[in-house]
Amino acid sequence: MTAIPDPARRAVFAVFRGPRVRKFMRHRLAMLGLVTIVLLTLACFAGPHFLPYDELYIDLRARFSPPLSGGHILGTDPLGRDIAARLFSAGQISLTVGFTAMVLSTLIGTAIGIVAGYFGGWTRTGLMRMVDAFLSFPSVFLMLTLAAFLKPSPAMITIIIAVTSWMEVARIVEAEVRGQAARDFTAAARMIGAPHWWIMGREILPNVMGPIIVAATLTVARAILLEAYISFLGYGIQPPLPSWGNMLNNAQQYLDSAPWLAIVPGVAITLAVTSFNFIGDGLRDALDARSVQ
Amino acid sequence: MIRFLLHRTLQGIVLILIVSMIGFAVINLAPGGPLSQYALTPGISQADLERIAHQMGLDRPLPIQYLDWLSKLIVGDWGSSYRDQSPVLSVIWRHMWATLLLMGCATVISVVLGTLIGVLGALRRYSLFDYVATVGAMIALSIPTFWFGLIAIFFFSLELGWLPAGNMYTVGDQSLGDYAIHLIMPSAVLALVNVAIWSRYMRASTLDVMDQDYVRTARAKGLPRWRIISAHIVRNALIPMITLAGLQLPTIIGGALVTETVFTWPGLGRLFIDSLGYNDYPVIMGLLMFSAILTVVGNFLADVGVALADPRIRLG
Amino acid sequence: MTDPVLSVRDLRVRFRSGGRETQVVHGVDFDIRGGETLALVGESGSGKSVTSFALMRLLPEAPRCRISGSVRIGGVELLELSERRMAAIRGPRIAMIFQEPLTSLNPVHRVGDQIAEAIRFHRRMSRSAIRARVIELLSMVGIPDPARRMHAYPGEMSGGMRQRVVIAMALALEPDLLIADEPTTALDVTVQAQILELLKDIQRRTNMAMLFITHDFGVVAEIADRVMVMYAGRIVEGGELAEVLSSPRMPYTRGLLGSVPRFEDAGLRSGPLGTIEGFVPSPDALPQGCAFHPRCPHARPGLCDVDLPDLTAVDGTGHRVRCLRASEPLATENTEVPA
Repeated sequence: MTAIPDPARRAVFAVFRGPRVRKFMRHRLAMLGLVTIVLLTLACFAGPHFLPYDELYIDLRARFSPPLSGGHILGTDPLGRDIAARLFSAGQISLTVGFTAMVLSTLIGTAIGIVAGYFGGWTRTGLMRMVDAFLSFPSVFLMLTLAAFLKPSPAMITIIIAVTSWMEVARIVEAEVRGQAARDFTAAARMIGAPHWWIMGREILPNVMGPIIVAATLTVARAILLEAYISFLGYGIQPPLPSWGNMLNNAQQYLDSAPWLAIVPGVAITLAVTSFNFIGDGLRDALDARSVQ
Repeated sequence: MIRFLLHRTLQGIVLILIVSMIGFAVINLAPGGPLSQYALTPGISQADLERIAHQMGLDRPLPIQYLDWLSKLIVGDWGSSYRDQSPVLSVIWRHMWATLLLMGCATVISVVLGTLIGVLGALRRYSLFDYVATVGAMIALSIPTFWFGLIAIFFFSLELGWLPAGNMYTVGDQSLGDYAIHLIMPSAVLALVNVAIWSRYMRASTLDVMDQDYVRTARAKGLPRWRIISAHIVRNALIPMITLAGLQLPTIIGGALVTETVFTWPGLGRLFIDSLGYNDYPVIMGLLMFSAILTVVGNFLADVGVALADPRIRLG
Repeated sequence: MTDPVLSVRDLRVRFRSGGRETQVVHGVDFDIRGGETLALVGESGSGKSVTSFALMRLLPEAPRCRISGSVRIGGVELLELSERRMAAIRGPRIAMIFQEPLTSLNPVHRVGDQIAEAIRFHRRMSRSAIRARVIELLSMVGIPDPARRMHAYPGEMSGGMRQRVVIAMALALEPDLLIADEPTTALDVTVQAQILELLKDIQRRTNMAMLFITHDFGVVAEIADRVMVMYAGRIVEGGELAEVLSSPRMPYTRGLLGSVPRFEDAGLRSGPLGTIEGFVPSPDALPQGCAFHPRCPHARPGLCDVDLPDLTAVDGTGHRVRCLRASEPLATENTEVPA
């Protein structure tokens, strides 16, 4: 195998090397997004230790406390639970669901995209038609239908989100791979009889990592949004487990008397999603081969 | 043109077939399959279930069941609602108009605003306006639609009292103006994401066209600036946007679902959420299939639109 | 003698990108009279296309590109006009045809409409008068069955036909000056000859001045009255066609002539198929002295790489050369341009 130039290792590192890192660092919005996400994640996972209240502690005497009253920085909910505590532990769930769903859907999308792009012909036609078909369903409809049929545990919600959001990645990867499959080193590998999985995994995959990383980042943003949608509608993460989406569940009926119930989790979602979108945008600028050099 | 249309029709039919397979798979995903509704009935025995299964043909091989389900789908027998026993298609029909009205308004807003913002951003690339529009679009894409709806209700209905917080009309009024005032907030909220998407694509498309040789030719002819922009830049830049409009259909239908929930708008989205609450599977499945078929048909119409707008495709 | 139609003095063009400014045209002067064809010759990158775009003011706007000097057409200083008034000049005063016939027309509009558009915004004419004029123009440029073809889309026409449409469009308002930027490069040889013949014919009838940009001396010999050779943003040789072709003084011109594949016209000896080695220098790294000296077979160290030569007259015919060795007797006559 030493006869084949090994673009694999080179490309993997090239993704994170020199000019690209600098280019990403220069992207001010992306850096802002990165810092926000790091802080938000830290707050969600470490924050609860510094708060006086537990996210499940019910204090009926302190119902609907507005922010900054009685030791409740962000106020309390209709059961007198501390919103800050709930926001942080909801963040743990929402971020974890978003991140895991991204990993899953990126794996599905990458696998399907590589196979379709590498083999071409009817394999490609069949798989890409399937992608088109999945894209024809409004993802919220598909997710809600699945969530209504299946028991909505956090793990199941993650799977449902992944199953309804892998198509973009598949499309991007397929387009990239189609170009790569025609390149010399692929032909060389094929000539010495390397097995298909080896060529796909070791020769092609590393060369399409850039677009995959960009798509994956944007998928985290999307997954967090989707979780929020279905949890808000009551078919996602089930209480008492808090998520950013289900914290907004009953917010509408108290909009008049306790608007902070709606504002606080919404800001958290928007902040997280915007940050991931900014990071994705910065990565796109930095990893797009044409824009480097 | 005819060959092109035939080709696209064929593709659309294949796509609808695959869509129907996915839909069929989803039905059978429900624990106990389509039988699950009966399984919940108190006091039902295993023998009863098997008898029902036999009556419904559920003991037959899956491919046969699929073909049976598909042929019913084609002839318009989409089952009947568990709630009031009315046929699914007529239930969908009744709720469709409210959704189409909402989607129509939102689409008009997003096309007009998105085109305007996109073209201006491209003509003044790297200006303050372009920068604000770019960042604004990314934030708009990141705001959950339902939350934006809540915030809008908080400000415009509760704090300012300018607009109604929900519903399609005031009972007892129902004048055109009453409908209009109820439409403003939901269609604006639904449009937000699409304005963002549309303006980004329009900007890219406009930049693309601005570099074309024929724009230079138009300038060399001594045409006034507005004419170059309208007849040679925007006219051509809009062609790929027709395809985009088709592709965005699922997003806007999905967006309509949450918007309708927040604004208690009596359309398909409300119907879907209500049906979920009642475990009204025939209606849920009907809506799922309906929205997917609507998308495929929408994409087909977009293809026809592109062909009409672009002689290269029409004649090629 | 009549006043020139176009008069260009000390034309300079600078581009700015990423905080760096690059000058690509370094002070170009020339005149063109009515009925006359001036050929501007050079390799790609020599600045000839930028010069022609500068005359039309079709280059990017101010911070990205600065044009200085003077471009006068019929007494009007073009470089001082507002964009709106410049638009009124384009069409009736100067028109242009481009190198890429396949992409120069908007694919979504009918060719007749695109020609009509050129008339409509400059002349008050009725719909039917414009239509009649479009048909007249199309038949003038040799498009058969113009009343039907005017409804065709560019995609339905061949490259040669599309170039005829572009020419019809440029001629729609009978401009004083036509700038033709390599109008035949993208076309095959027979079509190329037809288009050149068409341009010559139209010029005979309308007494229009023409600036013809090309890299091909074969085409120059076909069409030009006078020639200017451009290199690295400067005119390096210019004069009457016969004068320049028969006794080129600048080694670069000789190199270009050597590059012409077939050459029977203008009494020129057909030499071996010559080429000039190397490339046109990048405008932001021009060599000191004569810009051509690194590629010049006759460059003399200590002379050509030190001083930038002026464009000086060699004799009374208006033949001018920018070469320090041009005044030396032609001892290098036998030295072949390196093949």
